[in-house]
Amino acid sequence: MDALALQHYLLLSAGLFAVGLVGVLAKRNVVVILMSIELMLNGVNVALVAFSRYSPVDELAGHIFAIFIITVAAAEVAIGLAILLTIFARRNTVDAAEINLLK
Amino acid sequence: MPEIAVWLIIAAPLAAAVFNGLVIRPLFGPVSRVAFDATAGSIAISFILSLWALYAVWTDQEVVLPLHEIIRVDEFSLRIGLLLDGLTAIMLVVVTSVSLLVQIYSHGYMRDDASYVRYYTFMALFTAAMLTLVLANNLILLFVGWELVGLCSYLLIGFWFTRPSATAAAKKAFIITRFGDLFFLLAILGIFLSWPDDTPVTFALSDPNASMDLLSAGGTALTGTALTLICLGIMAGAAGKSAQFPLHTWLPDAMEGPTPVSALIHAATMVAAGVFLVARFLPLFEEAETARTIVALIGGFTVVFAASMGLVMNDIKRVLAYSTVSQLGYMFLALGLGALGPALFHLFNHAFFKALLFLGSGSVNHATGTFDMRLMGGLRRVMPWTYGVFLIGSLSLAGIPPFSGFWSKDEILGVAWSYGGSLGTILFLLAFVGAFMTAAYIFRALFMTFHGQYRGGEAQEAHDSADAHETHDEGHGSTPHESPWVMVIPMAILAVLAIASWFINFPATHWFTDLLKPLGAHVEEIQVVPAAIGLVAGLAGIGVATALYRGGKTSAPSISRPLAPITNLLTRKYYMDELYENLFVGKVLYGWMWRFLAWFDSDKGVVDRAVNTLGLFGRNVGKGIRVVENGQLQMSITVLSIGAVIIVAAYIVWGGVG
Repeated sequence: MDALALQHYLLLSAGLFAVGLVGVLAKRNVVVILMSIELMLNGVNVALVAFSRYSPVDELAGHIFAIFIITVAAAEVAIGLAILLTIFARRNTVDAAEINLLK
Repeated sequence: MPEIAVWLIIAAPLAAAVFNGLVIRPLFGPVSRVAFDATAGSIAISFILSLWALYAVWTDQEVVLPLHEIIRVDEFSLRIGLLLDGLTAIMLVVVTSVSLLVQIYSHGYMRDDASYVRYYTFMALFTAAMLTLVLANNLILLFVGWELVGLCSYLLIGFWFTRPSATAAAKKAFIITRFGDLFFLLAILGIFLSWPDDTPVTFALSDPNASMDLLSAGGTALTGTALTLICLGIMAGAAGKSAQFPLHTWLPDAMEGPTPVSALIHAATMVAAGVFLVARFLPLFEEAETARTIVALIGGFTVVFAASMGLVMNDIKRVLAYSTVSQLGYMFLALGLGALGPALFHLFNHAFFKALLFLGSGSVNHATGTFDMRLMGGLRRVMPWTYGVFLIGSLSLAGIPPFSGFWSKDEILGVAWSYGGSLGTILFLLAFVGAFMTAAYIFRALFMTFHGQYRGGEAQEAHDSADAHETHDEGHGSTPHESPWVMVIPMAILAVLAIASWFINFPATHWFTDLLKPLGAHVEEIQVVPAAIGLVAGLAGIGVATALYRGGKTSAPSISRPLAPITNLLTRKYYMDELYENLFVGKVLYGWMWRFLAWFDSDKGVVDRAVNTLGLFGRNVGKGIRVVENGQLQMSITVLSIGAVIIVAAYIVWGGVG
C-alpha cells in the first residue's frame, strides 16, 4: 500500500486530464471530442476518489461526487450525441471547424 | 389680513387666464365676450383685495405671512411665501387699478379683433404674473414672475403675428430682456455661491424665523466685490426689463402690440418692474456704493438720451415709448441716490398719466387708423374728450403744477439738488435737460395730433406709399370720430388720477412716504429752488414746442435745417439699432461665435471629429475581435484553457502555495 502514495494517483489523474484536453483541442471529429471529454471527467474522478481515500478524516464526499459525475457524464453524452446527430442530419458533417454557428 | 386673501390676489387673474384659454376659447369660440367678463371680474377682485392689503399695511405697518417649504435638499430649504409691505401694497394698487381700466378700455378697442379671447387670456396671465412678481417673498418665486411677465410681453407684442414687423419686435423684446435676465440669473447664482458657509442659504427676501434673510444680508453675509457684482447683475436685469440704456432698443419696437397692451405692460407695470426690483433690493445697493452710482448714472443718462429721440419721432406711440424710457430713467436716478420715496412716488404717478397718454393715442388711432402724427391734426374738434384727457396727461408729464407729474419730478430734482458733489450736479443737470425735452416732445406731439387741420389719416396713408413702412394699420375706420364710452370712461378716470394721484403724498400728510418708512424712505421736503428750475424747464419746453408747432405744423425747418446732423442722428436713434445689428449680431455673433461654433461642429473641428473618431475606434476594435470571435468552438476552449493555466500558475507562483 505504501508503494502507491497520493501523488501517484494525482499524476495518473493529471495525465488522463491532459490527454483528454489535447483531444478536445486538437481533434476535429466531434465524436472524438466527446470521448475526450469523458477522459477528462474520469481524470477528475480519479483525483476525487484519491483525495477521499487519503483524507485524514473518513470522508465519503469524494466517492459520492465521482458517482454523480459518472451519472451526469452519461446524460451529457446522450444529449451531446443527440445534438450531434441533428447537426449531422442538417449539415452532413461532424467536423468541429465547420460547425461555427456561434460566429 | 388672512393669508388666503393675499394668495387670491394672484389666483383670481390666473384662474381667469386658465378659464379663458382652456374653457371659453374651445367651447365658445375666439370672440366670446365672456372672456372680458372673466378677466375684468377677476382683476376687479384683485383690485379690491389690493385695496384691503393697502389698508392692512397702512394700519398694521407690517403683515407677516408664513413661508412654505417646497423643496428640501440637505441643509438647503427653498421656502416660498408672499411679502406684503408698503412697497408691495403700492405696486399692487398700481398694477390692479391700471390693469382693470385697461381691460375695460380694451373691450372697446379690441371689439372687432378676431382673437378677442386670446387677447384677454394673455392679459389675465400677464396680470397674474405681474402680481406674483411684486408679492413674492422669495427670489426664486420673484424670478418666476419676472420671466412670466417677459413671456406675456412677448406674446402680446407679437399679438398680431401675421404682421412680420410685430413678430420681429416680439423677438427683439424677448431676446434683449432675456439678455438682461441672464445677468439677473447670474446674480442669483452669485448669492448662492457667496453666501457664508455657516448659515444655510436662503432666497427668502424677508424671513423672521431665519437668522438672516436676503434683504438684511447686505454688508454682513454679502460683502465687498461679491456684493457689488450681485448688485450689478440685478441692475442689468432691471435695465433690460425697464429698457434702460444700453438695453432700451426693444421698447420703441414693442409698440407693434395693441395699444392697450402698450399702456398696461410697456408704460405702467412691466417696465416698472425693473424699478421695483432695484427698490426691493435697495438695502443691498446701499452697501454697494459703486453699483448704486452706476444705477444713478445709467438712469440720468437714459433720461436725456431717450428724451432726445422722443423729440424727432413722427409715430405718436414711439414718442410715448421714448418718454417712458426717459421717465424710468428718472426713477433709476432717484434710486441710485438712495431716494426710495421719490422714485416710487414717480412710478406711482407715471403709471397713471402714461397709461392715460397711451390710451389717448389708442383712441386717436381708433379714429384715424394711423399712428403717424403727420397724418393727424385737427382732432381737437372731433375728439374733445380724448383731447382733454391727452392734454391733462401731457401737462402732468411735462411737470406743470398742480398735475401729479410735477410733484414727483420735483422731488427727484430736489434729491439730486441736495445730494451735492459732482455726481449730484451731473445728475441734476441731466434731469433738468430731460425735463425741458420732456415738455417739448409731448407738446410737439399734442400740437401735431390735435391742432391745425386734419391731414387725412389712414386714407392719406394708403395713398402715400412712401410712408408705407411706418404704418400701423389696426383696421379701424378712417373718418375721425370720438371713441365709444367704454374707451372714454377709463381715460377719464385715469385723467382724474393724473391730476390727483399726488394727493396720496400731500406735503402735509406724507401718507405715501409713511407707507415706505419701514423700508428706509424719509420725507423729502419741497425745495423751492430745484422745483422752480424744473418748472421753468417744463414751461420753456412747452414754449419752444408752441412756437415751432402751433397751428398744426408737421415739421420745424427753422430748427431742424441748421441742426440737420443732430436731427439725423436722433431720427436714426443714435444708430443703436445699426450698432446692434451690424456689430453684435453681424460681427460678434455671426462673424465670430457662429463661425467658431460651425468650426467646432465641423469635420475638422471638435464635435464631428470626436463622433467620427469614436466610430472608427469601435470599427477597429471590432475588426480586431472578429479574428478571435470566429465561432470556432476549439478556439474558444483553447483560450479558456490558456487563461485557466495562467490563473493557476499565477496562484502557485505568487499565492504562496507550498
